[in-house]
Amino acid sequence: MKGMTLIVKTITDFVAAFIVVFGAYIVLYGHLTPGGGFAGGVIIACAFILVMLAHGKEQAFARLPEKAAHALDSGGALAFLIIGWLGVSGGFFFLNVFGRGEMFRLLSSGMIFPLNIAIAFKVGSSLFLVFAALAMFRRRSFRSMIEEELS
Amino acid sequence: MNSIPLFVAIPLGAAFLIPLLGLWWKKSGEVFATLSTFALAVMALMAIGAPAMVHHMGGWTAPLGIALVSDGLTVLLLIAVNVIAFLCTLFSLKYMTAYTGLPKYYSLFMLMVAGMNGVVVSGDLFNLFVFLEIASVASYALVAFGVEADELEAGFKYMILGSVASVMILFAVGTVYAVTGTLNMADAAREIATRFGGTEMNPALLLAAAFFMMGFGLKAALVPFHAWLPDAHPSAPAPISAMLSGVVIKSLGVYAMCRVMFHVFGFASTSPSSVIIANAMIWFSLLSIVVGGLMAVGQWDFKRLLAYSSIGQIGYVTLGLGVGARVLATGGTRSLAALAILGGLFHLINHAAFKSLLFLSSGAIQHATGTRDMKMLSGLGQRMPITAATTNLAALSISGVPPFSGFWSKLIIIVATVKAGHPAVAAVAIVMAFVTLVYYVKVQREMLFGPVRGCAENAHEVSAAMYVPLIILAIVCVGFGLLYPVWGNQILEPARDALLNGAEYIKLVLG
Amino acid sequence: MTVYFLCMVLLTLGLYCLVAKKNIVKKILGVVIMDYAVNLYLITIGYKHNGVAPIIEKATPTAMLERFVDPLPQALVLTSIVIGLGVLSLMVSMVIRLYEKHGTFDMSQISKLRG
Repeated sequence: MKGMTLIVKTITDFVAAFIVVFGAYIVLYGHLTPGGGFAGGVIIACAFILVMLAHGKEQAFARLPEKAAHALDSGGALAFLIIGWLGVSGGFFFLNVFGRGEMFRLLSSGMIFPLNIAIAFKVGSSLFLVFAALAMFRRRSFRSMIEEELS
Repeated sequence: MNSIPLFVAIPLGAAFLIPLLGLWWKKSGEVFATLSTFALAVMALMAIGAPAMVHHMGGWTAPLGIALVSDGLTVLLLIAVNVIAFLCTLFSLKYMTAYTGLPKYYSLFMLMVAGMNGVVVSGDLFNLFVFLEIASVASYALVAFGVEADELEAGFKYMILGSVASVMILFAVGTVYAVTGTLNMADAAREIATRFGGTEMNPALLLAAAFFMMGFGLKAALVPFHAWLPDAHPSAPAPISAMLSGVVIKSLGVYAMCRVMFHVFGFASTSPSSVIIANAMIWFSLLSIVVGGLMAVGQWDFKRLLAYSSIGQIGYVTLGLGVGARVLATGGTRSLAALAILGGLFHLINHAAFKSLLFLSSGAIQHATGTRDMKMLSGLGQRMPITAATTNLAALSISGVPPFSGFWSKLIIIVATVKAGHPAVAAVAIVMAFVTLVYYVKVQREMLFGPVRGCAENAHEVSAAMYVPLIILAIVCVGFGLLYPVWGNQILEPARDALLNGAEYIKLVLG
Repeated sequence: MTVYFLCMVLLTLGLYCLVAKKNIVKKILGVVIMDYAVNLYLITIGYKHNGVAPIIEKATPTAMLERFVDPLPQALVLTSIVIGLGVLSLMVSMVIRLYEKHGTFDMSQISKLRG
């Protein structure tokens, strides 16, 4: 895919980093304001997808390589599971073992804070990989497919 | 901490670990899948005879938090799911070498097992829905795994119908929450029993029951919700067909329907709405028995015949459970309901054993000869003795020939139906049992006996990793029938008691 | 009361779209409409007259706690949206593969498995 017009490419270069920062804000403050891991992860993925739409798949993979995306995907999910296992020391799965701090501060939600971050990584990289997989297929006519089969 | 969350945590951990290590080590899928399913099978077998347990996740007690419950019915399903998952993983080690992208296959397989285990241990309605979705989406992807045109079409059809079912189930969960104010199954059961015991249920709850029946009926492939099964089960790779037909339709469909209908809505209060629900179960099961049996007779594709046969046999399972429900709802004797439910649950675990055996042997035949069309095969008994012998055993067992296990379970179901006062239904069930024998004799005559012809000429016996699961399942088929006094009161009767005593479930979870 | 009825109408519209249209992509849109109908239904279950969003901030007086709408269905809907997203992406990728194999989006020409 060759990408879009010059205006779109320039604006994307300006804006993509800010989108990632905004997504990170939504993730980190997920226990105080609406949002959380999933919504923030989707926004972060949107930044990379915007780069993919504007410049093409190769540029997007230059910024986030495919193997790294797969590793972040599985790693985020494993991190979620490991945080759940940490509660076994108290007798229950997913028991909150982190400190709770004072209310309304950033580090005041115990287990929810690292869980949000893990989910943001998983959802972000998954969504990016889904779009990369969908962008693999090109529009072809039936005739060209038949010609390819016969040759 | 008790071991209930491990049934979900171990396969989930394996499912996330396999793709991560699969980036560098291609064989990670086989190793971790075999280890985890073996551990799960051992844990499930060790849970036999254990007392009923509850695990409150995160320390929050029910009804505020999510509870994971393990009672007799759960243990029965856990054994079926995990042992068959282990045997199918063993079978996949050799069978799936023809496909690419194997770490993804094993990861999806472990996700499906995690979802099924989660459905079975869940004590909370929405938790049940989430795990049901996990298992369903994993199975949609697995059905379309080898991306040929047939498999994609079957997977797409399965996916659309499965999504409709999930939407119905979520609708029903929302309605139950709106009426009772809680999502915990035991708490909802208590609310419904105290507010509507003995009288007409709130119409919204009856609507929720209808939606549950639609949703779980589609997952269990009851007629008229069966349209996805004859396409999806033949198109999937053979170990996945064995898992789908052997355990997925039972744990996602029949178990979830039982748990919700018997415990949340409850039949113990003899209200007119319970009679409506029980009648619906009996009607759907009767339709399934008839349609499944009649459509299977004309099939020449071996796996499609087995798929229609699954529809029929699940009809028998729900017939047993439905007759038991109706006896309870109309105020009949408890022992008669216990007999019917025992027959239904016995046929459930029997069908898990022999249907997975049949699908695995169809996979062995396809691996050895390259086809599953019965017109092109003949005389496999001479070239593939182990596969043919186990297929014969399974065919005799599923047709209800004594002394194999299928005979006893069908006998109990039919006797209970007659004693409950439905002789016409029992007559239909007996006739369709003969029809089952007819099409399995057709399978044996066309494929296994006779001179060696067609594609069978190049066949030879499959390797050890593929025939060992067949032998183990064949021993199980015989053993369930002959050794019933040994294992029956350890595994089957606690499951039956768990379904009958709704009040004990409430006391177990809420304390 | 009318809101629940309208959610049911939306569900039926989605079901009609799924059944009656021949194009596969339109069938997928039917499933998506049904998904959103159920999400809408779940959220409206938690509605309270004159309710406010259930977010506690430092300045929230305790008298306001009774005016919060029910936050539990909102958590259910979040999960349901995620599940819908996953299923939708799987469906779309299957449709793309089907188009590659058959060259058409018309369901009547794709369905070959019969009997």
